[in-house]
Amino acid sequence: MELLLHQVMAGLATGGIYACMALAVVMIYQAIDHLNFAQGEMAMFSTFIAWQVMQWGQPYWVAFVAAVVLSFIGGVLIERVLFRPIHNAPVLSSLVAFIALFSILNSAAGYLWDYTIKTFPTPFGHKPLLAGLADTHEAGMIGVTLGLLGLLYLFFRGTRLGLAMRAAAANPESARLVGIRVGWMTALGWGMAASIGAVAGMLIAPVVFLEPNMMLGVLLYGFAGAVLGGLTSPGGAVLGGFAVGVIENVAGTFIPYVGRELKLTIALVLIVAVLMVRPSGLFGRSVVSRV
Amino acid sequence: MSPPADDIATKESVPFVAAAGAAAPAEALSGAATGWLAGRHLLIAAAIVVAALMPFFFKSFVTFQLTQVMVYALAILGLNILTGFNGQFSLGHSAFYGIGAYTAAILMHDYDVGYVWTLPAAGAVCFAVGFLFGLPALRLQGLYLALATFALAIALPQILKFGPLEHWTGGVQGLFIDKPDPPFGLPIDSDQWLYYFTLIVLLLLFLAVRNLARSRTGRAIMAIRDHPIAAAAMGVNSSLYKTLTFGVSALYTGIAGALGAIVVQFVAPDSFSFLLSVSFLVGLIIGGIGSIPGCLVGGIFVLYVPNIAESISRGLAGAIYGIILLIIIFVMPSGAAGFVRLANAWLAGKWRPNPTARSTLGQPRR
Repeated sequence: MELLLHQVMAGLATGGIYACMALAVVMIYQAIDHLNFAQGEMAMFSTFIAWQVMQWGQPYWVAFVAAVVLSFIGGVLIERVLFRPIHNAPVLSSLVAFIALFSILNSAAGYLWDYTIKTFPTPFGHKPLLAGLADTHEAGMIGVTLGLLGLLYLFFRGTRLGLAMRAAAANPESARLVGIRVGWMTALGWGMAASIGAVAGMLIAPVVFLEPNMMLGVLLYGFAGAVLGGLTSPGGAVLGGFAVGVIENVAGTFIPYVGRELKLTIALVLIVAVLMVRPSGLFGRSVVSRV
Repeated sequence: MSPPADDIATKESVPFVAAAGAAAPAEALSGAATGWLAGRHLLIAAAIVVAALMPFFFKSFVTFQLTQVMVYALAILGLNILTGFNGQFSLGHSAFYGIGAYTAAILMHDYDVGYVWTLPAAGAVCFAVGFLFGLPALRLQGLYLALATFALAIALPQILKFGPLEHWTGGVQGLFIDKPDPPFGLPIDSDQWLYYFTLIVLLLLFLAVRNLARSRTGRAIMAIRDHPIAAAAMGVNSSLYKTLTFGVSALYTGIAGALGAIVVQFVAPDSFSFLLSVSFLVGLIIGGIGSIPGCLVGGIFVLYVPNIAESISRGLAGAIYGIILLIIIFVMPSGAAGFVRLANAWLAGKWRPNPTARSTLGQPRR
């Protein structure tokens, strides 16, 4: 029982990372109607920017704000320069553009800051909580993720701009007819997603350490969490992220013999099994299309 | 959008139709068009002759690379059957490629089966796995299907490394297999023989796909892609065709995997990672979704472009690869096949602006 509790707590702690990433994934999916495969690399790049600002002697919060603001500008620029010209191309072609962006950011970060592993500070410290089952950074990370979720909910449900962004993503033609500037809404969505990614990256970096490939695994789990929760539901994505972390840890420990070696496989099989029952994710709306 | 306009958009945006010249509208089969078709046959014959002569003009390493291009083209063709013809999306084709490769390697390594016979065996195994995987995939669409297939791609290397299976798979070390010698005492070396062997398999399988696409079955498969509900209303058994397409797609990629194992003479779990799936997908899109000759362009891209990027700059190889990708997508948003189609339309004086703006293909969006 104690082992189970321990594994669940450890799973929640890693799940917090995935939840953070899943939230960023769903955010950009809602804003641009594409899954951004380069999201993890964008977050990694933002985190390196924060690290660089700190290397120049600035305090943590200056670096934090600088990374968030620069990421927002960077996200808008990427949309305007790279994705605006091909927004009419077939869907799979924009997938290639995401892969290209992934490759460029990863390689550029390696070139600028090399591949050695760097430590990244946390504002929450690393004091043990709950008799060593978690630490303050993990708690802080979960707290920030939930806080972000709340803010986003208020933004999308409660403001005109949030409504306009949702409309632009859900039905661009109609949104344009009622006077929403769809192109700029998309760019704004990119900016916001890049900023959220930056926050996620800076929360994740103290755990997985800073290096150009730090986000690959995290993004894949975040993606799995987002799909499990349902791509149309930010809350579902956060829950999905936590669920992936817990499933992975518990399955790895308790399924005898195969568990440890195949824990990733087992986690993914379980997720696919869930999708069999609920093909649009746990909390996603199923899509109804007009014939 | 009004129904007639939608209809035209669908017709124009089906790359395969134009690529294979299969279902060209009857009224278009005027003198010029039949001339063009004849020219097309000539072009294919010339390409085959050139391909057959190539090993005599290049060093054996280049021959080896060209063989690999054909292997990748075949794997991409497998993905093309699923994505291009049927509109389903897969990030798991590295797994089918890997299963094919391991089937061939284990048969040759442990059971001394001749390399020729490993191809049908790999094809059969992959067809079964693909068909079974197609069953759960029936319920999933778009990104959710992408995740399910992605799970397959992640799982395979782990299963291959799994302790109790090491007896067959050789674990992390993988398996080495022998290079086949040319048969009938042909006066060529084994690299050249493998090139010809792969070329023959490739031509046979290309021909088979072309015939499949022109058959009743092929039309049913494409109808499901273009409009699943309309296809079902016309009596197409959607579930059966979708799972069968998954199986056939896996069969092609599996045969490619077996060929790849024979050509490289080595299999190891980490060569069949998720990144291989991404390469196939990139190759498919660069070549042109739904185009059979486009697969060769995709194969060339997958093999050569990373090397070119590395030769330009070691440190920034990834960035240069990305930039090359972006340039290609900016210049030819619907891949090489779409580009050729546009060029043809332009030459024929039937230029229409932006005919590929609305593709019906691969719609992982709402």
